[in-house]
Amino acid sequence: MQKEFTVKNPMGIHARPAGEIVKKASSFPCKISFLVDDKKINAKSIVGVLAAGLHHGDTVTVVTDGEKEEEALNEIGALIESILE
Amino acid sequence: MIELQGIAAASGYAMGPAFILQDTQAEIIRRTLPPEETELEIKRLESTVDQSIAELEELKAWTEETIDEEHAKIFATHILVLQDEEYIGRAKEMIQNGRINAEAALNDATEEIVALFESMDNEYLRERAADIRDVSKRMMKHLLGLEADGLDQVKDPVVLLANDLTPSDTAQLDREKIAGFATNIGGHTSHSAIMARSMEIPAVVGLNEVTSKVKPGDYVILDGAKGTLLINPPESVIASYQVLQQQYNACMQELKKFHDQPSVTADGHLLEIVSNVGNPQDAYAAKRSGAEGIGLYRTEFLYMGCESLPSEEVQFDAYKVVAEIFGSTAPVVIRTLDIGGDKELPYMDLPKEANPFLGYRAIRLCLDRKDIFKTQLRAILRASAFGNIKLMYPMIATMQELREANSILAEAKQELDKENIPYNREMEVGMMIEVPSAALIADILIQEVDFFSIGTNDLVQYTMAADRMNERVSYLSEPLNPAILRLIRNVIHAAHQHGKWVGMCGEMAGNLTAIPILVGLGLDEFSMSTGSILSARALMSKLNRAEMQALAEEALNMTSAEEIKQYVNNKVPAVAELTL
Repeated sequence: MQKEFTVKNPMGIHARPAGEIVKKASSFPCKISFLVDDKKINAKSIVGVLAAGLHHGDTVTVVTDGEKEEEALNEIGALIESILE
Repeated sequence: MIELQGIAAASGYAMGPAFILQDTQAEIIRRTLPPEETELEIKRLESTVDQSIAELEELKAWTEETIDEEHAKIFATHILVLQDEEYIGRAKEMIQNGRINAEAALNDATEEIVALFESMDNEYLRERAADIRDVSKRMMKHLLGLEADGLDQVKDPVVLLANDLTPSDTAQLDREKIAGFATNIGGHTSHSAIMARSMEIPAVVGLNEVTSKVKPGDYVILDGAKGTLLINPPESVIASYQVLQQQYNACMQELKKFHDQPSVTADGHLLEIVSNVGNPQDAYAAKRSGAEGIGLYRTEFLYMGCESLPSEEVQFDAYKVVAEIFGSTAPVVIRTLDIGGDKELPYMDLPKEANPFLGYRAIRLCLDRKDIFKTQLRAILRASAFGNIKLMYPMIATMQELREANSILAEAKQELDKENIPYNREMEVGMMIEVPSAALIADILIQEVDFFSIGTNDLVQYTMAADRMNERVSYLSEPLNPAILRLIRNVIHAAHQHGKWVGMCGEMAGNLTAIPILVGLGLDEFSMSTGSILSARALMSKLNRAEMQALAEEALNMTSAEEIKQYVNNKVPAVAELTL
């Protein structure tokens, strides 16, 4: 499954929000990745998420595959859009 | 004596011998492992990871308790880095397949990732690389058995000099031994600067090559107020700084008592001290500094930080988060877009004007571009369901403008009603008093708003007809001028006659000499930068309002700002005592 989301945090996804995303992703059994530009990033890797360098307004395609994929897609997407600080 | 100028990061004074934290990369010895040793080496790396995680857990708990949850999250992220398969997993793979020792593998895996971050030409990502380096440094120390970086040998208080300090370095500074610190790089909002302020360690950052200009053991004086570092100063300078330091410390002790206190005058009148902010980070800082809420949330940053107009959703999120930082009761006054004048939006491509401060800006632009304005009003209204948000228009000059703004607000409310979107129906709506025409008809304007907030920087500029950016007429930019004080009196009087409240969000509100007069004139809310909060609250606690009323009356009959300042300083000795 996959769906596009937009980063709304004016500060982008820096260390603290990236940590929250990775924690959430790691709580799901399925594979979760982000497609940014033409790169594929493991959403359970803090290094991967940080290196994606997501800024305010960037679009991320969340791809999930496996057990609980729908739930994971919705929750990770909601987190990307709701993190603000 | 040599004087270096940097950026003042945390106030206070520190003096003593310099201790230079060497940024030397530990020598990493590369070994090729015999196949039977790889298992053991992987175990060694794993135990280093466990040890580092345990340390970071402690650091996180400590930071949560003494600084705040936001900074503690930095260490939570560092823990995740240590649990990351793409990082630690990669290092293990290098040990396994490349048959190299743990130090070499950790070094190579770190360099790979850091190179990845640094290849993305972006300052923001280079900072992320610093997080990885911070974590790697911690592990490498354990692997190499270098438990100490030399700092533990320090016995007497020193002034610490370093190229840069990571969040881990800063959080672990021993307050007993480190009188203050100075770094080559960094800015006012770098992690180390923010943490230094929370930990009350005097600090100066951005001193360029301070670590090479100072020799170990040189006597230095760090001035956290001016942002300077003096190298080997003469006895007389040391003596004068010792006096300054004593005064400062005594004053800080006194001020601390006021952190969680309400703002009350000696005769029991309750006032409100709130803060001016531009983004959620500022709001966190304001709360830590003892602000009772936000008196001015400048929304321009949202517009200036984007490449196009921010959507309603983006704005809603940004307003809601600030309201939530302060909880459901503390006020958060959001000012609608104040763009134009000296603040430009490249994507709006506004034509250049001969007199931008007198031109198409703030509410004038918003009333003309109703699309932009209504989007913002909807976002603010929606956020009002999540805290005690109040809305405020900038630069209103006439009743017509106020009515027009209010009617667009009414339209926005109707739209939300139709869409069944909740908002606070009781949300207070106020306006800034920045234009003399508004100050003069305050008694009429107040009938259609819930409060006023006096913006003194612009009110002074427009009343004195003196461009606040023009050095040659800067002598006119003086809020204690009797003309300004009389306008302020008129505004407060008009509002109180109608049972409404008045705040002030210009620099004057935090000015210690102005505060006794403003208390005397009856100002209800004082919105200032975070650094002024405690001294303003301490001063208010020493003032008797009835006496200040008499003082204000006297002052308003004087002929000049100079005369008024002298008069206040003589009558209220606490002003001088609290001026650091």
